Amino acid sequence: MTVPPPAPSAMPTYLGMPRFPDAAARAVADEGLRRNLAHATTTIRGRRAGAVAELDDWSALRESGKQIKDHVLANLGHYLRLLEERVTAAGGTVHWARDAAEANRIVTDLVRATGETEVVKVKSMATQEIGLNEALAEADITAHETDLAELIVQLGDDRPSHILVPAIHRNRADIRELFARTMPDAPPGLTDDPADLAEAARRHLRARFLAAKVAVSGANFAVADTGTLVVLESEGNGRMCLTLPETLISVMGIEKVVPSWRDLEVFLQLLPRSSTAERMNPYTSSWTGVTPGDGPSAFHLVLLDNGRTATLADDVGKQALRCIRCSACLNVCPVYQRAGGHAYGSPYPGPIGAILSPQIRGVGSPVDASLPFASSLCGACYDVCPVAIDIPEVLVHLRARAVEEGPRHPLERAAMAAAGWTLRSPARLALAQRAASAGRGAARRFRRLPGPLHAWTDTRDLPVPPRESFRAWWRRTGGGRTEEEA
Amino acid sequence: MRIALFVTCVNDTLFPDTGRAVVRLLRRLGHDVEFPEAQTCCGQMHFNTGYRDQALPIAEGFARAFAGYDAVVAPSASCAAMVRDWHPKLAAERGGPRPAAAVADVAPRVFELSELLVDVLGVTDVGAYYPHRVTYHPTCHSLRMLRVGDRPLRLLRAVRGLDLVELPDAAECCGFGGTFALKNADVSAAMAADKVANVRGTGAGTLCAADNSCLMHLGGTLTRTGSDVRTVHLAEILASTEEDPA
Ligand code: SF4
Repeated sequence: MTVPPPAPSAMPTYLGMPRFPDAAARAVADEGLRRNLAHATTTIRGRRAGAVAELDDWSALRESGKQIKDHVLANLGHYLRLLEERVTAAGGTVHWARDAAEANRIVTDLVRATGETEVVKVKSMATQEIGLNEALAEADITAHETDLAELIVQLGDDRPSHILVPAIHRNRADIRELFARTMPDAPPGLTDDPADLAEAARRHLRARFLAAKVAVSGANFAVADTGTLVVLESEGNGRMCLTLPETLISVMGIEKVVPSWRDLEVFLQLLPRSSTAERMNPYTSSWTGVTPGDGPSAFHLVLLDNGRTATLADDVGKQALRCIRCSACLNVCPVYQRAGGHAYGSPYPGPIGAILSPQIRGVGSPVDASLPFASSLCGACYDVCPVAIDIPEVLVHLRARAVEEGPRHPLERAAMAAAGWTLRSPARLALAQRAASAGRGAARRFRRLPGPLHAWTDTRDLPVPPRESFRAWWRRTGGGRTEEEA
Repeated sequence: MRIALFVTCVNDTLFPDTGRAVVRLLRRLGHDVEFPEAQTCCGQMHFNTGYRDQALPIAEGFARAFAGYDAVVAPSASCAAMVRDWHPKLAAERGGPRPAAAVADVAPRVFELSELLVDVLGVTDVGAYYPHRVTYHPTCHSLRMLRVGDRPLRLLRAVRGLDLVELPDAAECCGFGGTFALKNADVSAAMAADKVANVRGTGAGTLCAADNSCLMHLGGTLTRTGSDVRTVHLAEILASTEEDPA
């Protein structure tokens, strides 16, 4: 089997995004955004730490989660065929989509075949990834997001900036203004009290649920054994979408399959504690094909590759496919906290986005080539990841790929070659050190340096080299012995 | 026991006092320390910036320079982690089998200073004297790659005269990150600003860490913002005595 190469069009609504550092610089300058993000992420990470500390077998659970996912990835073909067989046997229809365009076409055709022009949606990363709403709009089908935060993003014609809380960059006042402006049925005198805002959204959505004939969802997991799909959520909107309409279409990345319910049990513990810091999420919905007289009478499962097979072919990078989209890595990431989610140029922000997008889309574009470098390699993401994805390892792995296959940076390449030449030889290093010491001048520190080093001295002083390097001192004094005796 | 000092290129070139402090400290504890002059660098900058083919000969050179020692001590958690965690993987991925075996042989014998003192030499009270108020920043690679835990703090607590004050949000990254500091300068500077605010809030006059690269980034931010908090490497505090203060 040949692996299709990753394509920039894998996330069609995110084409032409700027490099990470440029987008991040704008966010860093936005004090209000930084404050909101810092507050929100600090709160949730503290709660997550508490929820995890409650379990004395967390590290064993984490190891199980990792191993189950690795086992599935190593036997993906088997479990996908089994899932297809069981879903079909239960009355569902399975479709295979190679990429975003194919998945969008399949869903669009399925909706068209129902004769409907509106669908309700359960929050789903896979459909964000492929730009389904935009594709449906082109076919004159309106998709209504029903998750509160996703609704806020949609009404604001905005982009999500967090996996779990897509509107994390918005504050209450923003949201009140947005509702009042865009929701025809917003109550007069709406305040920015969270309960008021939620109530306005609830009323607005209820009408949609009751009218909807077609729903589109993603899936957190699919149990191959029984052909069952599973969605975890907090608001109950998902439950409405999954049960009320006549037709249900679920789009799911191929890596979401688990072998059995026993395996699912592990993730039902790992995911809520990692994402919302809850022991259990409020709603867990599962469905197996169709059941006459109960829920949708037609069920379609769209299995999405979109760069995943290519990712799986990479021994180091494939661990990114273990991700269960909990967003714990975002919440602890000092870079995400300051750069915000939009800078990552994809629906997957934060550390997971930095390793997932350049694999799904390749490293050919400016944003994808810059994402592996959007990290100080502090390692906080790895420590909290419930499926032990060694994100720093994948980042440095992808940096090598970006250097070797991505856009060329002749200046950097020359500087690195020169530094490499110097550092391969102690004699050349000593020579460079002597040159640096000779040119040290009278100042105690550099306050302004030319060329690319201005990026350092814009905000930081740099020490001037000492009179004598350590190596020169050791030579001169015989390792300090003559100095001691003197 | 033959101990070699891997001073690291950053300390060698910019912070020789730290290297001298390690030598002084180990001699005071009764251990000789050698400085293999064939050493240069661990190759971390090249490796972490994606230039693996440049990093490989540096890693192989490291293994040649330090072959045959019982222990190699590095006054840098980040460089020790580079050697221990990454050299074997890098050499296996891109190097020949013979150099890869040499690299794999040396790597586990490389220790960051606090690891050498506490785990290998079995001391926590090194007989140091440092009459100052100090706060300690546990660098990311010491914490989450080497997992040195509270070893540096145990060493600092045993220093006479030293008033150790806790740094709020200590485990947060300072924003250095090697070439990250240049490639993502805005985010890096924002991280430094928050770290420095926490440092200043402690009222300590000295900021200590086990990595001079992070201290260079924080120290540069401190002096630029008019603070007189000093940045001092862990080795220099531990080497300091009443007779011979740092
Ligand atoms: S990478 Fe790990 S921590 Fe981040 S979202 Fe995925 S599962 Fe959660």
